[in-house]
Amino acid sequence: MKSSFKKSIAAGVLLSVGFISNGNAAECIAPANPGGGWDFTCRTIGKIMHDIGAVDKPIQVTNMAGGGGGLAYGHVVTERSEDADLIVAASSATATRLAQNAYAGMTADQVRFVGAIGADPGVIVVGKDSEFQDLGQLLNAIKDDPSSVTFAGGSAVGGFDHLKPLMLLQRVGFDDITKVKYIGVDGGADAITQTVGGFTQAMTGDMSEIVGFLKSGDVRALAVLTEERVPGFDDIPTAKEQGFDVVAVNWRGLYIPKGVSDDTFNMWAERLQKVADSAEWKEAMVANGLAPFTKVGGDFQGYIDQVVGEVRQLSKDIGVIQ
Amino acid sequence: MEILNNLALGFSIALSPYTLMLAVVGCFIGTIIGALPGLGPSNGVAILIPITFTLGLDATSALVLMTSVYYGAMYGGRISSILLNIPGDEPALMTTLDGYPMAKQGKAGNALVLSGVASFVGAFLATIGLLLLAPILARVAYLFGPAEYFALYLLAFCTLGGMASNNQAKAAIASCIGLGIAMIGLDNNSGLPRFTFGNLHLMDGIDFLVAIVGLFAIAEVFFFIEGHGKSSSIGVKLDKVTVPWREIYITRWTMLRASAVGFVAGILPGAGASLGSFLAYMSEKSIAGKDGGFGTGVPKGVAAPEAGNNAAAGGALVPMLTLGVPGSGTTAVLLALLMTLNITPGPTLFTDRPEVVWGLIASLLIANVVLLLMNVPMVKVFVRILQVPAWVLLPGVTMVSFVGIYSLSGSYFDLLLMVAFGVLGYVLRKLDVPTVPVILGILLGRHMEDALRRAMVIADGDLMYLFSSSISIGLWIAAVAGFVAPTFLRGVLTKPQRVTD
Repeated sequence: MKSSFKKSIAAGVLLSVGFISNGNAAECIAPANPGGGWDFTCRTIGKIMHDIGAVDKPIQVTNMAGGGGGLAYGHVVTERSEDADLIVAASSATATRLAQNAYAGMTADQVRFVGAIGADPGVIVVGKDSEFQDLGQLLNAIKDDPSSVTFAGGSAVGGFDHLKPLMLLQRVGFDDITKVKYIGVDGGADAITQTVGGFTQAMTGDMSEIVGFLKSGDVRALAVLTEERVPGFDDIPTAKEQGFDVVAVNWRGLYIPKGVSDDTFNMWAERLQKVADSAEWKEAMVANGLAPFTKVGGDFQGYIDQVVGEVRQLSKDIGVIQ
Repeated sequence: MEILNNLALGFSIALSPYTLMLAVVGCFIGTIIGALPGLGPSNGVAILIPITFTLGLDATSALVLMTSVYYGAMYGGRISSILLNIPGDEPALMTTLDGYPMAKQGKAGNALVLSGVASFVGAFLATIGLLLLAPILARVAYLFGPAEYFALYLLAFCTLGGMASNNQAKAAIASCIGLGIAMIGLDNNSGLPRFTFGNLHLMDGIDFLVAIVGLFAIAEVFFFIEGHGKSSSIGVKLDKVTVPWREIYITRWTMLRASAVGFVAGILPGAGASLGSFLAYMSEKSIAGKDGGFGTGVPKGVAAPEAGNNAAAGGALVPMLTLGVPGSGTTAVLLALLMTLNITPGPTLFTDRPEVVWGLIASLLIANVVLLLMNVPMVKVFVRILQVPAWVLLPGVTMVSFVGIYSLSGSYFDLLLMVAFGVLGYVLRKLDVPTVPVILGILLGRHMEDALRRAMVIADGDLMYLFSSSISIGLWIAAVAGFVAPTFLRGVLTKPQRVTD
């Protein structure tokens, strides 16, 4: 009788303890609930690091959702600033929010960005029966009558998915940005569902979110927001070649605490580079619609600073921040 | 015939001594995770994902293990709902309403067996539905836009008032408190935080689990301290545990109807298992009418939500597999698992990777049978929990919930919040305000507001957009005719009872 209860308690405690502290194995914090991009970054990179022998013990993943990543950021800055066994998943969303001052005043230089090893190209997508055949038609239709098109995207208003069409519209000289209709739904697949259902006219998101729907023919991609066409998706034109110079990719990478030694920084950079070079990662990239985008080590921090500056300016232009 | 062939393919992949063992282990762990408040199915699955990597499981074995844990947790949630009046996870919320009163009457064994069978029926029918109809049902998600979702949530919301049989005003107040709490956090439609007071912990809103553990488990501890354990079901004399054939028989239609309702709610991305069990319970309650005695410990009130939430769990796999849209928190985690295994769910999954889909369906069927075989005999063990002295049991369960919540967020803020919810729960129950509508208010409020605001963005503020499709009009009619009108027309239709002292 009692034993069964004890057993269940023991199992619970075991599970929880196993979850919280696992000896001295390294930890990867995914600053969101399981299932999203950051979670994918932690789990995939962590798994590959262990599989290829870059680390001895499996990297354990902790999900610390809150404040769009701000909670984990604050946790690392204030409580774990010298933890050498800690990596945190980051992406363009991290940089966007830092730029928009959405992490309660914390700045990009309070952690060390190790690198990015893959990027999810931004895309603009319409349903298969849509009247819009290319990006120009869509943008001009909005210019003529902003209320005729609603975008659906997986991020909240002001988020990265919202910024993509706004950047494109800036290029055609449409400045009345607040007139652009955008709804933020729960993830890219949901945004596609709304677009295929005809409730919204276009979807703004990442390549990985649309792969299955492209194959099934439910949607057409009007443009991909990269410098060059993405391998494997060669029939999708870039926005650039259609005359709209916008590049927006959602990179997947890591940051570590500020207070660690340069040796630790280099160690993680090296490990990350090993993952980037591995066949496993290449396979995972293809399966998840990621394009090659490797910036590891010292120069990545510079890239982050540049991106933060750009997004801050853009956010001011479109009125997301003061 | 093709389906049988496919199914045979699935079983040939999923059925081996090793995977069967994984299924048994997964079901057992899942049941415990589900039963412990603070550890819901989504955390359970998330916690176990690294283990599948450590064990070096291949895709099929990992799927078998995870789906067993998933279904196990859906089964397990009912146990603490019935025995302790503390829902083990959010879909098991509705089971407290009749399950706990049944336990108090000394029929805990009956309630557990009955809910176990109902869970089996719900999950089994949903798996069959998934197997037969998934590719067709995937199109249903395309029919639901913001206006339709708003009408659906409105329908659910209108039924909240009828939740407490004695005082509807108090139920309404409780759901408004929940609605208010749902407003906390980042507003999706402007990107600005509301009621967060600059606190990053509140940016993503209040987690249901925190609210549930606080309002139920911690409030229960407060009551226990106050009443020295007198009003608790713990220590209640138990009848002999037998299989309640008669109760299973009289609830057979309830189970079937509730499974259908739950399955449909599960298919809609964004509705999920909680809404499934809730709508199943409320529709059975209104079918039974006033004489049904819902809320006092009737078998139908136990069978309906359990069949509903397990059917919804199966239904939620439809949009997950066919669209890559997770219909619930747990399917979001399963989706992540599939992606780490290099399987991308989406419209082409059924044709590209049939072995994965049919292996998954076969493993669901296996898990379901294992759970039924495991849960019914284990009822005797579960019921014994009630003989553990309450001063050990309640703090023990609460402690485990604390650990569970902490492991979820890794921050003590949620623990403080949980205690605050405990105080709120204590005060509400002292005032005889039901706490279940508070949770449902939190659950529905966010989605309802999001749906309304999205609809308004699309339609440039034109309210008529809300009635622009036959689905939304149908849902509006159901909401008004079924739940709002009776409240106002009651005085006209039947003479109100005179208050006599």
